[in-house]
Amino acid sequence: MTDTSFETQVQQGDAGFGDFFALLKPRVMSLVVFTAFVGLLAAPQPVHPFIGFVAILFIALGGGASGALNMWWDADIDRIMKRTRGRPIPAGRVTEGEALGFGAFLSVLSVVMLWLATNWVAAAILAFTIFFYVAIYTMWLKRSTPQNIVIGGAAGAFPPMIGWAVATGGISTESILMFTLIFMWTPPHFWALALFMKSDYHEAKVPMLTVTHGRKATRAHILIYTLLLAPIALGLSVTSIGGPVYLAVAVVLNLLFLKGAVDIWRRDEAQAEADGYRTEKKVFGLSLMYLFGHFGAILVESTLRVYGLGGW
Amino acid sequence: MALKVEHELHHRRLGRNVGLALVLLAFVALVFGLTLVKTKRGDFNTQPPAASAEEGN
Repeated sequence: MTDTSFETQVQQGDAGFGDFFALLKPRVMSLVVFTAFVGLLAAPQPVHPFIGFVAILFIALGGGASGALNMWWDADIDRIMKRTRGRPIPAGRVTEGEALGFGAFLSVLSVVMLWLATNWVAAAILAFTIFFYVAIYTMWLKRSTPQNIVIGGAAGAFPPMIGWAVATGGISTESILMFTLIFMWTPPHFWALALFMKSDYHEAKVPMLTVTHGRKATRAHILIYTLLLAPIALGLSVTSIGGPVYLAVAVVLNLLFLKGAVDIWRRDEAQAEADGYRTEKKVFGLSLMYLFGHFGAILVESTLRVYGLGGW
Repeated sequence: MALKVEHELHHRRLGRNVGLALVLLAFVALVFGLTLVKTKRGDFNTQPPAASAEEGN
């Protein structure tokens, strides 16, 4: 028995509270909370503040539960990649069985509680989101296609739809457009990161576009998705949740994002390496501002509407 | 002399147990609050829908 295996045995089953919290992927949860919150507030029907709070909490918990199930399934590749080696399972602080039980229990709890607190439509979309992230993305697409991030991105796009469903009990053009905005934003956002993060997906045999199709093709993909994203972002401005503030923000951010995508497309690896991937890093930062800017503008419009302003 | 066993493992166990206790307490408070709100709003009202609608107006 080596020292390492001894240490692992001592640690297993004695995880701290923070280790279980880490299984919920708290950083991903912040995006879920923000977009679900905007979806909920942008909806035409008001929601009781406490019910709104409970709904957001269980939407976040459902997202976290799917993160725990993702870590359970991906424990083998998490052990290989440097970025994920410190996660609770590969580090030996939480067993795979514990993560599975934890994730499965919280998945059921979050869906049932969301149903009891709000309505079955919101709960059904949350259940589908968890299923999509765990079964479709994690178990199937992630290791089988370089388009994994494209289709898998849908899981991260559902929260504003759930927030909207909490308030209205249904699905509408607005909620579908909010979904599409995140869905189309995910690939350029992630691929910009993939260009400058020299990750070890290759060792873990995860087919990323940068590895399977090369960096030139990835640059072209970023441009194509950014071009497709712009009309969706601008289209939201003419719906009931849009308005002049949203339109102004969308025009500025889309012009900046398009310029960034064109800059990335024009560059080659030699140029990028020469300046330490400055443009790619800038566009990645901009992509974060892009999403928060759009959803922030929707939030501003809905707040203005309360005072009889906002909208067209 | 009392035997004092202090190990990082015990800290983790304590943290986990205290954390779980707080989460359970928060969950109880949450369900209680939800029940209060829903009861006050009339979500569990057994009156016919028409009568409820008139009251709401």
